[in-house]
Amino acid sequence: MKKTPAILLWTLPVVSGVLFVALWYGIKAGFDVSDWILPTPGEVAAAAWREHARLLRAAGNTMVGALAGFLLAGSLGFVTALVLGVSRSLRAGLYPWLLVLQMTPVIVLTPIIVLWAGPGLPGIITVTWLISYFPIVANMTQGLLSTDMNHVALFRMANASRLQEMLLLRVPSAMPYYLAGLRIAATLAPIGAIFGEYMVGNSAGGSGGLGFMVYVYNTKIMIPALFATALTSCLLGFIFVAAVSLLNWAVLHKWHDSYERDDH
Amino acid sequence: MGLTESIVQFDAVRKRYGSGPLVLDRTDLTVAPGDFITLIGPSGCGKSTMLKLVSGLNPASEGSLMVLGTTPKLARARQAFIFQDATLLPWHTAQGNTELPLRLRGVPGADRRAKAREMLALVGLDKVAGYYPRQLSGGMKMRVSIARALTLEPQLLLLDEPFGALDEMTRNRLNEELLTIRERSRFTAMFVTHSVSEAVFLSNRILVMAAYPGRFHAEVQVDFPYPRRADLREQAEFQAKVTEVSRLLHAVEDTGK
Repeated sequence: MKKTPAILLWTLPVVSGVLFVALWYGIKAGFDVSDWILPTPGEVAAAAWREHARLLRAAGNTMVGALAGFLLAGSLGFVTALVLGVSRSLRAGLYPWLLVLQMTPVIVLTPIIVLWAGPGLPGIITVTWLISYFPIVANMTQGLLSTDMNHVALFRMANASRLQEMLLLRVPSAMPYYLAGLRIAATLAPIGAIFGEYMVGNSAGGSGGLGFMVYVYNTKIMIPALFATALTSCLLGFIFVAAVSLLNWAVLHKWHDSYERDDH
Repeated sequence: MGLTESIVQFDAVRKRYGSGPLVLDRTDLTVAPGDFITLIGPSGCGKSTMLKLVSGLNPASEGSLMVLGTTPKLARARQAFIFQDATLLPWHTAQGNTELPLRLRGVPGADRRAKAREMLALVGLDKVAGYYPRQLSGGMKMRVSIARALTLEPQLLLLDEPFGALDEMTRNRLNEELLTIRERSRFTAMFVTHSVSEAVFLSNRILVMAAYPGRFHAEVQVDFPYPRRADLREQAEFQAKVTEVSRLLHAVEDTGK
């Protein structure tokens, strides 16, 4: 495959962005869509500017919930996968129940979560954790079981203990899987937090997050502000994914094939 | 020579996996100290299986197998396995990989670093000790693998087609290096290969095996004295030996059809 020149990698997204905005204006003008159905990009920008203090504060609040839920999912997911990776019978006994948890729509569980964890931050963190936990467990478990059989034989030949095999072989070789799980979780965590705020964070009063702002703007029919909230949420997601990509790079770039240069 | 002196002793050993067909039929073999034994034969002849039995990675189904005067598993600490691919841990440098067996045995950091350095120097890789496996060529990876196997100074080295994936020039050079190292480290070796000239160059005994079920077909003695040098390959006696083993191998492959 021919390589895309670097200049195009930067300009093409800009060009498509401009085209997208032009199309947006075109649809507005051509089909005479009223402002409260589809505001113009200019109105959205204006609303974002007008509301920026509230939106930033809300984004900060959402960040706290999303980050706490994400870290909880990341650490609990790691530990759960270790437990599942240790023995076949533990895996057989527990994995179906994890699937059950994953298959249950979070929206159904939300009232129960509010009942147990309480409204506000604890509920939001729980929802975030619930939504981003499973991909981490599934990926990491798969990673622990995908260890190269020759490497396992090498450790057996060296009379390595089960603990050594787990910590010095299975866990490091599962790192790419774990990080792939974290990457999925990074896109889910802000969604989970915003959803959580929308569902359970209403009673958090003045210090609501983006999900609460959705509720507020919707009630007040401030449609351009709703679009601006969507944009802010999107930025939050980017920050999460960028952070995990950085972590991914820090852990893997020295040795993993995914960071192999083409000219090697 | 008495029984206790043998490095490996197969007595009427048979191997099948589960209730599957026989992969290794009744096998008797005595490996003496200092032997360099090569197992050669078509796929399915059980040559790799024999190494797995000796290493204790798989148990024998029947018969008795003694390694270094004890059971294969108990002998593990005094033997090392070199696999078909280098099986280096990609997240460790050449140095880290060479240290691994010592680390697993709980050898303190300074000691194992020094030992690993010494072994890397032995295979000519001290300059790239800090490189990760993906930065090394196939031949260099295999050298690291050899260095790693030698850190524990094994009495018995099991090599399962270690040079099979390398080009012929690299393979020849590594054959020579392996013999040079053996002058110093004095291990007994069981070696599996598909290459006749490699087998003749390295070993003092070649066992030609037949398949389905795996069994010995013939044994060839190779009496060229050690140390052997690269120019041995150009001598007529060497060529004659290669021809002899090739013929036996062809006979085996023809009966297998």
